[in-house]
Parts: sequence; C-alpha cells; structure tokens
Amino acid sequence: MFNYYLELALRSLKRSPGLTALMVLAIGFGVAASMTTWSVFRAVSGDPIPWKSSKLFVPQIDMWGPKGRGPNKTDNEPPDALDYTDAMALMRAHRGKLQSAMYQISPSVVPADAGKHPINVSGHAVYGEFFPMLDVPFLYGNGWSADDDTQRAAVAVISGKLNDKLFGGANSVGRTVSIEGKDYRVVGVLGNWNPQPRFYDVVNTGGFSTGVEDVFIPFERAIAMGIPNDGNTNCSETPAESGFVGLQRSSCIWIAYMVQLDDAAAVSAYRSWLDGYAKEQQTAGRFSWAPNNRLRDVPAFLDHEQVVPSDTKVSLLVALGLLIVCLVNTAGLLLAKFLRRSSEIGVRRALGAPRMAIYAQFLTEAGMIGLAGGVLGLLLTGVGVASVSWVLPKDIAALARLDFSLLALTLLVAVVATTLAGLYPTFRASRVQPAWQLKSN
Amino acid sequence: MDILPILSTLRRHKVTAFLVILEIALTCAIVCNAVFLIIQRVDRIHMPSGVAEHELVQIQLADTGAKADEYARAQEDLAALRQIPGVTQVASVRQVPFGMSSNNAGIRLDPDQNKPTLDAATYFGENVIDAFGTRLVAGRNLRPDDYRRLDMVAEGVRTKNLKLFPNTVVITRAVGERLWPGQDPLGRTLYLGKAPLQVVGVLAELVRPQIEDDSAALFSLVIPIQLGGGQYVIRSAPGDRERVLKAALEKLRQNDPHRIVVQKRTMDELRESFFQNDRAMAGLLIGVCVALLVVTALGIVGLGSFWVAQRRRMIGVRRALGATRHDILHYFQTENFLLATIGIAFGMVLAYGINLFLMLHYELPRLPAVYFPIGAVVLWLIGQIAVLGPALRAAAVPPVVATRSV
Repeated sequence: MFNYYLELALRSLKRSPGLTALMVLAIGFGVAASMTTWSVFRAVSGDPIPWKSSKLFVPQIDMWGPKGRGPNKTDNEPPDALDYTDAMALMRAHRGKLQSAMYQISPSVVPADAGKHPINVSGHAVYGEFFPMLDVPFLYGNGWSADDDTQRAAVAVISGKLNDKLFGGANSVGRTVSIEGKDYRVVGVLGNWNPQPRFYDVVNTGGFSTGVEDVFIPFERAIAMGIPNDGNTNCSETPAESGFVGLQRSSCIWIAYMVQLDDAAAVSAYRSWLDGYAKEQQTAGRFSWAPNNRLRDVPAFLDHEQVVPSDTKVSLLVALGLLIVCLVNTAGLLLAKFLRRSSEIGVRRALGAPRMAIYAQFLTEAGMIGLAGGVLGLLLTGVGVASVSWVLPKDIAALARLDFSLLALTLLVAVVATTLAGLYPTFRASRVQPAWQLKSN
Repeated sequence: MDILPILSTLRRHKVTAFLVILEIALTCAIVCNAVFLIIQRVDRIHMPSGVAEHELVQIQLADTGAKADEYARAQEDLAALRQIPGVTQVASVRQVPFGMSSNNAGIRLDPDQNKPTLDAATYFGENVIDAFGTRLVAGRNLRPDDYRRLDMVAEGVRTKNLKLFPNTVVITRAVGERLWPGQDPLGRTLYLGKAPLQVVGVLAELVRPQIEDDSAALFSLVIPIQLGGGQYVIRSAPGDRERVLKAALEKLRQNDPHRIVVQKRTMDELRESFFQNDRAMAGLLIGVCVALLVVTALGIVGLGSFWVAQRRRMIGVRRALGATRHDILHYFQTENFLLATIGIAFGMVLAYGINLFLMLHYELPRLPAVYFPIGAVVLWLIGQIAVLGPALRAAAVPPVVATRSV
C-alpha cells in the first residue's frame, strides 16, 4: 500500500513542479539556516566534560574588597581568579577530594638530540591531582604523584603532538626533555585531549583556544624555577615589588583553581570552609570586609564568565525564526494544494477508501516533501558549516563541525516539521463529504 | 473597490488566510528586529576613532638579546624614523587605538575616594597627540618639560614618591563631560591612584585600544611619560605608507639588529580586525533577512497562484457579468493589501515583544519607532510585487470560462 501512496504522491508532485520546488526550497533554506547556527551554538556552549562538570567547582575569594571593583561593576562579585597567597592557602588546606591550582606558562623546549632548534610551547603549571580530576586521557605513562609536587620534582607531562615532534611518537616515558634550560623526566604522554571551551582555565583563554596544550609541569617546580605567568594578570593596585616574585607577594590575580567535590555535603562543607578562611583573614587584618566568596560548578562558571558570545544566541533566535516562517509557508502551500484535490478525495472515498487511507496518502506526500527539503537542507547545512569560517572568528568557527548527529537532526527536523505542517490540511482533506464532492462535478 | 466581498471570500479560506497573515507577521517582527541589530552593528563598525586612520602605521618590536640603553635607543629610533622621506610625524607609544591590548587606570576626583569615578585607557609616549592626528579642542599640547621617564615613574610607584610622577594630562571631551558635567575641565585636577594630574588640554576624540562598554569607548587620557621604545607609530600620506613602513623596518634593523618585529600594520588593518565580529554578525543577519523576505514573497506567490486557480470559475463569472480586467487585477491586489495590513499590525506587536525580550536578556536598546512604518512599507511592497504575477494571470482569465464546467 505504501508504494502505491508513494506513486500517487510522486504523480501529484509532478503535476505542479514549480510549487513542489518552492516548498522544498523553503524547507531546505529554513532547516539549513537554523542548523548551521545551531551547530555553532552547540560547539560553543557545549559542556566539555558532561559526565563530571557538576562535581567540578571554581572557588572565588574576595581578596580585593569593595575598593577593588571596577567603576562599572555594580554587583558585588569577587575577582574571578586567585592571587598566589590564597591559592597556596587553598592547596595547603586540601579540603576537596581532588584539586589543583594552575597558571599558564609558555616555556621554550629544547629537543634532547642536539642540532634541533628550541621551540616555544604553551602549557600549564599544575598539581598532580589535575590529571585524575579532569579525567585527562594518557597515551603513555601517567601524571605525577603528590610527592613529586612537594619535592618540586623535575617531571613533565607532554602532549601527543609534542611527543611526535620530539620523540617521533615513540613511548617517551622516562626520557628527558629540556624545558627552559633544565632537564625534565617525561612521566606521561597525553592522548588526544583538547577540551573546548577550555573550562579549567577560562580566565586566561577566554574560553576558546585554537592552540593545543603541549606541556604540563608541577606548579611548585615552575614557581621555584621562576617560569613566569603567560596568562592574564589583573591587579587592583600596583605590586610593591617588581618581577615574578613581586607578583607572588601581591594581591594581583593570575591563578586559576579547580576542585572536585562529589556530593552536596562536600560542597556545603567546602563553602563553609571558604567562609571560615575569609573570616580568618578578616581577623588577621588582611581583609577589612566580610567574607564574600563564590563556589560555582563548571557550567555555572562558564555562564558567569559569559563564555558563549551573546551574538551566537541572538543569531540562533533569528535562525529559528526563519525556520518557523518556512514551516508556516509550507503549511500554507500544502493546505492550498490538498484542498484543491477534494474531488480526487471524493472519488477515492466513494470507491470505499476509509479516512485512514486518505491520511496515509497525504501524510506520505507531505513526508516526501519534508524528506526532499531535508536532503536539500542537509546539503545547504554542509555548505553553511563549511563557510562559517568566513564570517565568524577563527577560534569559534573551527569548532563548528558537521557530525552525524547534526545530519540526523537536520533530516528529522525537516520530516517531522513538514508532516506536522501537513497534518491540518490532511485532516481537512479527509473530512470532505464524498457525495457532495461528486455532485458538484 | 468594495472590501466586503473580499472579506466574505477570505472568511471561506480562514486557515489559509490566517497562515499568510502569520507568515507576514513573523517576517515583519523578525526583520524589524534584525535590521535594528544590523544598523547597530554598522554604527559600531563606523565608530569614530579621532585619529588620522588612513595615515598611520604601527610597528612593534621585541628584544631578543641583552637590552641596550632603551631610552637612548628610542631617541635614536625616533630620529632615524623622522628622516625617512614622506614621514610627517613619529611617536613612541605603548598602545594604539583598536590595538586590543590596553593599559587602563581608574580615575578618581578625590584621592581618598573608595571607587574610581571612571576607567580610562592611558596613552603614554612622546608626540602621541600630533602623530595620531587627533584634534585638540581646548588648552595646549603636552610640552617636553611635562614628560617623565617610565622607569622613574615606576621608581615613584615603588617608593611612593609622588614627585617622580608627571603633573599634567590631556583628556578627551568624553572624559571631561563624565568627570565634570557641563563645566570646563581645563585646569582641574584628577587623580590616578594618589597622583594628581592637572588637565592642560582637551581632545575632541581618541578611542581606546579595547572597548568593553561602548559608552566608554572614548574614555582616554594622554599622560606625558617617556618610553623606552618598543613600539612606534609613524604618520605619512596614505599612499606613502607601504614605502614608509619598509624603510622604517630597515632603519630600525640598522639601529639595533637584536630585535624582532612583532607587529607591523596600518591603522586601517587594525580597525578591520577589531570589528571582525561585528561585520560577521551583520553579514549573517543580512543573509537571514534576505532569506526571510524571499521565502515570504515566494509563499505569497504560491498561495496567490492557488487562489487564482481555485477561483477561475468565479473570475469568469465576474468577467461575464461585466467586470473589467482591471477590476480583477485590483481585486487580488486589494486582497493582498488587506492580508498584509493585518499581518503587519500583528507583526508590529510581535516586533515590540521580541525587542522587549532582547532588551531584557541581551541588554539591547529599545527599537526606535521609525522602524515600524519602514517595516510596514517594505512588507506592503513585497506583498504587492509577489501578488502581481498571480493577479495578472487572474486578469487574463477569459469570461468564457464561466460557461464551461471545471
């Protein structure tokens, strides 16, 4: 029976090719515009670590007080990164299950075999708990231990890409790499790991980064070696001493921090510990204001830092509007088309076709238009996603990719939307009284 | 033209008529808001900078080896750059308009004030005002005796010795109006931290290197601090820039070969890359607007054709009873005008609603009333153009159709 309906639908569509093309085009356009924007939106607002993001928290401490707020800030938000003093206090207290302070570095790396030129790489100075906390995948080896952290061991974790460059992709665990003129033992090589947005250090990357993190070394080792901060530094007052050591003694913020807290009890315990810490600082005279801390999980922090550009959201709304208009358009055209065929319906009904058969026939036709529109939309979405790099900034455009789920969604949206749009006209068409229709002819 | 018969016909096609109205309303609402967004972007892209944009090039250098005496080398650099034929002005700077990287400072009217009154970009360097070509509207330019060296100022910060700081500053008109509304800023004092600076000159406009809030885009200060080189701005006739840039790079290399060029670009390139996002957004929205209008027009053409085909008999009867071709044409045009008007009316309400939503969630300004009549005219026109084809076909239906059965 379905084949028969397909044949009927094809015949009917062929009878008015212009109109059919119009409907297919309208759906294709609408679907492509909204799907392209949606793929960008999804790429930039996606949760980079969905299985764990609600357990990862970013603590904020108000080390600047009300005086440190910018003139345009009306809210009482504390700074979004930590200074050295507070970051170290949090690390020493070690109140979370796993935690790490981190800062961005850009050291030069000299390959072990002579004759090659030193290269500049980017990375982070972190604590050993960073790797298990963020479920960082390893190709070879592992992260380093807590002992390595306290002993400021000369160990390093490098990216697979850097491993390819330095060691030709071989298992380099135990081999030596020279970072800023000092030898480091490679303890781990990362697998493919490039989370976007770069949720563990939004403050320094602005959320998105086209580069790859090539090297990780122990935090306290990096401090001891004087490897300077390569990320942002924000100060409410000029540091009293100059240089990297001066920065460590100042209230300037440059350290990102993340802590894993597994349940609500742990979160509230951590929160009250933070308040206790701030109160202690107040008693000690370092802060002259009441505790003003924040403890946001990763999604809340990304939202707070406005990682998703509002441009993308607005254009998503506009594209959705376009899809709706296209659907309304198609519904109108389908309605007009189906209602004109009342005589055909009358004949079929008079010959004994039940209402369900009429439904089946017309919904098949609507679905076919939807499918054709969907396929066209698919092609146009492909073109759209490929060309977003012309109009959008590179770091964001690089994330918009055509993947299988997007393709499936495009088709599904088109077919479901047109079938829905075809529902009312079909309902009207199947209500036609056979006798009345036959008589009027 | 009698509207009543049209209305009674439309009543028989309620759902189809409703869909046309809905489509026009949605299109009207979305296009009004999208055009408003586009115009805001375009305004932003053309934001005034206050500097002679077509005449400037920026060169930024970084040391690779041991540093020489920076301040002496900067003087040599400036002297060498000035000698390049075609160069009219040269300045050592730390930041340039639209350069993205910026030094900012909180400005206070009273050194003990808790929060700064405003946040402004601070331009340092010699000859900045003349080299940028920004216009001085009151007071005087900075003089050589106003200047302090940056290392001495840093020493002043360290030792809390206010005597090492400069005492004068040139501000933009925007800063003056925010600090002392309605008053003459000349001769008044503002505080940078604890350091008092007396306003000696007022600039018409000078845009910041990085703009976080558009209303503060022109909040800039020029502070007389001498720099140890590293970054230069060179002014020349627009056509000479390429040649001047090449010659300047050669001169700088001769002066100290142990430097690498980090940045070399014209001011036009700076503006271009600064507003890249805004251009992208405007382009995207223009594309969607055009698509929307085209789809709506096609929808009207499609439905119009169907109605004409459906009413061939009625048209034939009317023609047989004495209606002219012109009457039939007019009938369909009026019908479309009616539908469009109802759609536009709903669309305006919807446009206002969408704007309220955007204002609430994305901090957009209110939609100006002028968009409503313009939006209405555009949609009326599109409706009329789209219906013209089907209406002409209707007018061509011969009266003899009335006598034939379908």
